[in-house]
Amino acid sequence: MQPKPTTHQTAVRRGPPTEPLWVQRFLIGAAVLVLVVLIVVPVLNIFAYALQDGVAAYFKHLTGDPDTWHAIKLTLFVAPIAVVLNVLFGIAAAWLLTRFSFPGRTLLTSLIDLPFAVSPVVAGLMLVLLFGAKGWFGPYLQASNIKIIFATPGLVLATMFVTLPFVARELIPVMQAIGPDEELAAISLGANGWQMFWRVTLPNIKWGLLYGIILCNGRAMGEFGAVYVVSGHIAGQTDTMPLRVEKLFQDFNLPASFAVASLLTLLSLVTVALKVILENWKDENVSE
Amino acid sequence: MSIHIANVTKRFGEFVALDNVSLDVPSGDLLALLGPSGSGKTTLLRIIAGLEHADDGVVRYEGEDVTQKAPKDREVGFVFQHYALFRHMSVFENVAFGLRVRNAPKAEVNARVKELLHLVRLEGLGSRYPAQLSGGQRQRVALARALAVRPRMLLLDEPFGALDAKVRQELRQWLRQLHDEMHVTTVFVTHDQEEAFEVADHVVVMRAGKIEQAGSPQDVFDHPASPFVMDFLGQVNVFHGRLQAGQMHVGNIAVNYPEYTHAESRDATAYIRPHEVELDRLPIDGTSLPVKVLHVNPAGAVTRVKVLSEAFGWSLNVELRPERYAELALRPGDNVFAVPKRVRVFMSDDYAI
Repeated sequence: MQPKPTTHQTAVRRGPPTEPLWVQRFLIGAAVLVLVVLIVVPVLNIFAYALQDGVAAYFKHLTGDPDTWHAIKLTLFVAPIAVVLNVLFGIAAAWLLTRFSFPGRTLLTSLIDLPFAVSPVVAGLMLVLLFGAKGWFGPYLQASNIKIIFATPGLVLATMFVTLPFVARELIPVMQAIGPDEELAAISLGANGWQMFWRVTLPNIKWGLLYGIILCNGRAMGEFGAVYVVSGHIAGQTDTMPLRVEKLFQDFNLPASFAVASLLTLLSLVTVALKVILENWKDENVSE
Repeated sequence: MSIHIANVTKRFGEFVALDNVSLDVPSGDLLALLGPSGSGKTTLLRIIAGLEHADDGVVRYEGEDVTQKAPKDREVGFVFQHYALFRHMSVFENVAFGLRVRNAPKAEVNARVKELLHLVRLEGLGSRYPAQLSGGQRQRVALARALAVRPRMLLLDEPFGALDAKVRQELRQWLRQLHDEMHVTTVFVTHDQEEAFEVADHVVVMRAGKIEQAGSPQDVFDHPASPFVMDFLGQVNVFHGRLQAGQMHVGNIAVNYPEYTHAESRDATAYIRPHEVELDRLPIDGTSLPVKVLHVNPAGAVTRVKVLSEAFGWSLNVELRPERYAELALRPGDNVFAVPKRVRVFMSDDYAI
């Protein structure tokens, strides 16, 4: 999935449509059908299943089971760390790629996209091969008593890898469009690097950055494949919410599984809602 | 503050933007770097500001070597071609930026910004954002912002390039006035010779990374050092001919060129400015060239006439004073005589077209 650049330049065609009525109806109908079948029904279904035993049972499924509760807390712990680290990486990468020209620049640009192309399971396996007991750094890590695979650091690494492109991909087109002149102006007026970044660069990229953070966070909380491989699936220790959903589902504990799934869905919906609010807010602010 | 540039060279990959350039800008001067695009004038300006690093050579301010100094420590006011105003800041904050990053006290910032907004005639627009300003207003904000920190010199990159003709004219005169009041050493880049001549004390004509000629506007215009300068400074008629024994022959016209005395003839090019040709109804002497009037354009401060020499197949652009045009009462198709009052000859090796 490729996130859209935040500089929206949607070409809106004004005036009444010129197509025959049946074409209009067919196209609208097809679009609505796809949306309903693929998105609306499944999402509603999750909530319907989750709430089938009532609200009390729903909350009991979420909070009553210590393993489930731990999974919720773990996801809410791992995702923000991954997001913060990716923000730092994303800003640095976008800066490097848009403000400097150097040999290998194109290669680096494609490398940032690599996590989009690589299957998350493969990403997880790569981490196991590096940091696992039999991996490259395995003996050293064991000797130093550092646990990465089957522990929280592994989860953070896996989540980071999968969500790596989000922030950088958002910022690169924004920073390219803005260009370096304002930053150079700040420098020529006597600003140092930090002053330039905080006073000029950051305010200019803030919308792109927030957009990237939101997308990155949504993806980080929902990540399954890579996390599945590195977590070892230890209930109450390394199970995140998506893993917990799957485990409960495999145990035929459907109401509990759907309860966790609904919470995860809710978090995604909040993310999407935040994004929409932000876009409206931004449009108002920009066109003041 | 004087600027001294010695043997500066700058390459971008294979492209040589500046080729061993040396230049002195006296303190308090208003100097124009004039040249076509790609001549290296903007690169030179950015090297003076420290926004670009020279591969070779030295930049000195008032004798002090600043080649390795960061732009933020150079105390230079730089106005960018497209102004580069901070789009998320109000006009007031834009002008205040340089003072804020120096942690100037609030009262001082307020006073100084007010003073500058007054200077650039933008009082009352302090709370506007750059997007809400016209091109000329943005330009003045950019100037105020650069001047707020009391720079030791002012550098402007194509300062009037993006403005329409009327605003441009006003701002030119205003910049000249401002400079006369403040006497801060100013260098600006332009590709418009009229602009350079009108505003600057000194003009430096650049071409392909080198300085072609430097001098006062009068100097450069009256004594162009090369065909390139001649060509670049306004419209010119070009004729190819032969040079031999101190004279250049173009058709039946002979022009003295005492620098070349060899008997062996060689190619040369003669340049005649349109306003340095006289037209008359009757031949004055042997150098008068019979021509036929093709077009007459009396609109503007001078009347432009295009004439054709049927004997040689040349066409010639002539500029007449309106009074002279009225006197002659020229019409297309009239047969008249053209007399070049001033011809500049360059040997063709100087300048390959």
